[in-house]
Amino acid sequence: MTLVQNLPFFSIVIAMFSGIISSVLTGKQARNVSIGAIVVTTFMSAAVLAFCLKTGESYTYMMGHFPAPWGNEIRAGVLEGLTALLFGVVMLLSVVGGMGHTFEDVEGSKLNLFFIVIDLMLSSLLALIYTNDLFTAYVFVEINTIAGCGLIMIRQVGRSFTSAIRYLMMSQLGSGLFLIGLTLLYDVTGHLLMSPAKEAVAAIEASGSYEIPMLVILAVISVGLAIKSGLYPFHSWIPDTYGYATPTASAILSGLVSKGYIFLLIKIFYRVIGRENVINSRIVNVLFLFGLVGMIMGSVRAMLEKDTRRMIAYSSVAQIGYIYLGLGLGTQDGVIAAIFHMFTHSATKALLFISAVGLYEVSGDKKDYLSLRGAGYRNPLAGIGFTVGALSMVGFPMLSGFISKLLFASSALESPHKMLPTLIGLAVSTVLNAVYFLRLVTTLYSPATAGALVGEVRKRTRAAHWMLGGATCCFILLNLILGSFSQPVVRAIAEGLAMFE
Amino acid sequence: MSRRKDDLAGSRWMKFKRWLDGEVDPLMAPDMETMAPGQVAAAVRADTAAPEQVEAATEMQLASPAEKQPTCSAGQRAASPTKRRGQKIYDRFYQVMSIVLCMGIIAVLLWTIAYLPVFGNAGNPDNNEVSARYIERGLQETGAVNIVTGMILDYRAFDTFGESCVLFIASCCVLVLLRIDKESSAEGVQERLKAADDRRYEPKEDIILQKCAMVLSPVIFVFGIYIILNGHLSPGGGFSGGAVLGSGSILYLNAFGFEKTERFFNTRTYRRITVTALSFYCLAKSYSFFTGANHMESGIPLGTPGAILSSGLILPLNICVGMVVACTMYAFYTLFRKGDM
Repeated sequence: MTLVQNLPFFSIVIAMFSGIISSVLTGKQARNVSIGAIVVTTFMSAAVLAFCLKTGESYTYMMGHFPAPWGNEIRAGVLEGLTALLFGVVMLLSVVGGMGHTFEDVEGSKLNLFFIVIDLMLSSLLALIYTNDLFTAYVFVEINTIAGCGLIMIRQVGRSFTSAIRYLMMSQLGSGLFLIGLTLLYDVTGHLLMSPAKEAVAAIEASGSYEIPMLVILAVISVGLAIKSGLYPFHSWIPDTYGYATPTASAILSGLVSKGYIFLLIKIFYRVIGRENVINSRIVNVLFLFGLVGMIMGSVRAMLEKDTRRMIAYSSVAQIGYIYLGLGLGTQDGVIAAIFHMFTHSATKALLFISAVGLYEVSGDKKDYLSLRGAGYRNPLAGIGFTVGALSMVGFPMLSGFISKLLFASSALESPHKMLPTLIGLAVSTVLNAVYFLRLVTTLYSPATAGALVGEVRKRTRAAHWMLGGATCCFILLNLILGSFSQPVVRAIAEGLAMFE
Repeated sequence: MSRRKDDLAGSRWMKFKRWLDGEVDPLMAPDMETMAPGQVAAAVRADTAAPEQVEAATEMQLASPAEKQPTCSAGQRAASPTKRRGQKIYDRFYQVMSIVLCMGIIAVLLWTIAYLPVFGNAGNPDNNEVSARYIERGLQETGAVNIVTGMILDYRAFDTFGESCVLFIASCCVLVLLRIDKESSAEGVQERLKAADDRRYEPKEDIILQKCAMVLSPVIFVFGIYIILNGHLSPGGGFSGGAVLGSGSILYLNAFGFEKTERFFNTRTYRRITVTALSFYCLAKSYSFFTGANHMESGIPLGTPGAILSSGLILPLNICVGMVVACTMYAFYTLFRKGDM
């Protein structure tokens, strides 16, 4: 076993260890440790990706001295490496970009707690990506949930407490359903590791026994993870959560946390239940329907919003709808489109939240989007960042959102019954997206009226200013890369999915 | 001319433009959630000034004198009956639907259970090679007489490490929520500190409690330590032993007050213990995982099964878990009482 193959394990442990030691450090030290850990783990993920692309196969890594059905195991392949790499980059940029606000929103003696939460969030995301064991997945889902709550309520103002409670309730409901699903699955297969469980499921399907439990398992796991990632009818926690947390937290929660659960769901579909069984059970049709409704309703609600950040949050509901629509198509290309849109959305939504910070700063920190009139002139870089993010969400060519819409449309052509609803849904949702995002962009670049109250410009250190600017630039670059050089990414996703089977 | 102008103002384009400019469209319901009560009243006042409604509202008000407020504006009065009725219907609908939904889920899950393998049947899928090896070779491979401990701290130690981190992150989140920053100069912090601190009721000098605690807490401590140290030999282990230790220290604290406990346990001690235990767990287990994955001998002796110093890493790991659990329980309690340790 080469050293590179150890890296997934190292990255999880480094993230956890930095969280543990941060509890005796000061806020600034904890920040340095945290940023160091994110950078190191991102490089490790890149190395894993390069290794898997070179060898062309995935590998499992035994956690301890006992092989597969007895001990824990993690697994790395192209898709895992790619997702971990992208998540690492987005996390780094979100933490760096929101740093100035973090230091203002969080009480001085609790700063190190904030970075503990960030570190453990990173480790749990990595573990969700790399795990090959269902129970490990559940444990890290728990860490992820609690860390999410911590991220929301660390900005100790009234509204963030209620949104943290709402998040906790909904998320625990999702975890509970997921756990019930795992328990039932263990009962009928007798395995917790994904590879032996898949063999057992195949044997069950072949013999035709346990038909009803299998259906319930699939439904319960899908619904549980759908609640946690905020699919349309279960989206009620999203606007509050993303709208009232500190910017770094909003960017991480919308960009990464919900995607971690979707990745886990895809992994369970492919690596445990089996793709054929999922399609035969028709659960995909349900996901398709909810995704479709979510695409439209999320956009409609976003149009009715006045608060910029809640508007962006409702747009997340619509984008999560897109991802489930792709999963619901039930074809290989549909899943590729869903995963690509997952990447698009985490890069773009984080960009929107971070650049909105820059716009708020020069407009007196008001919630109403009208206070942002002319903010594009007052903070040009943030204005450009927001515009790029908005155009990408609408689906402007050269940007990543365009590619994912193209992938959705082309994959819809393969499934005859779902083609028409998908195409119509995409068209309607794109128009709605354009309406509210372009309204925001127009507001940014319309001159501030004489009567409008422009609040005092927030004082800000030079370092925070540069960090925000740098993060915005990097996010724009990431979007352009995903949009212009999409072919290697799409190919890598296809290769990674083939390794899942 | 003027008629034309009216048409223009009511045209779709003008409506669109108004919407673009963010003016309130009276037909679109303002989002109640995002507004402060005063704003809601203002918004409602703007769009519902219909005279009939005001009359209806006045009648309603006369019927219920308790709500008679002279300062209440026309808009507020107009809004209350319709809103109240809609709210009532919605609340009832919500209650009924939530009960129906819960019943539905319960029914589906019960129905599923009927199709599951019979409990305790020898031919069940979970009686496979996995549990067979745990039972037959567990003692030999992990050195732990208690198979369950062997499973959670050796076969599946990564999960257990995750579980300890769940405790750690949970205590961090409680710290975020309840800890009051003593050094902070912000206004109101000192007041919050005073309000949260219930030590002014101490010492309680409750003689019965103190005598009982004097007898009980040493026994509880010794029992907790016994459970932790014998985790690999008999039922128990870090989680259960730690819970016993934690409850023992809470009893001691209740009887004798913070002054006595603070002599040996404060935030600093808490942090040191947690960090040491978790770091040791992390490093030791990482070493074990690393050697295991790379097919190397770990060089940790398993010892004679049944002896107290046996089963490799399990004993120190149990001690670590026990300390983390005990400290976390105690920390939760103190945080709820005075916002600090």
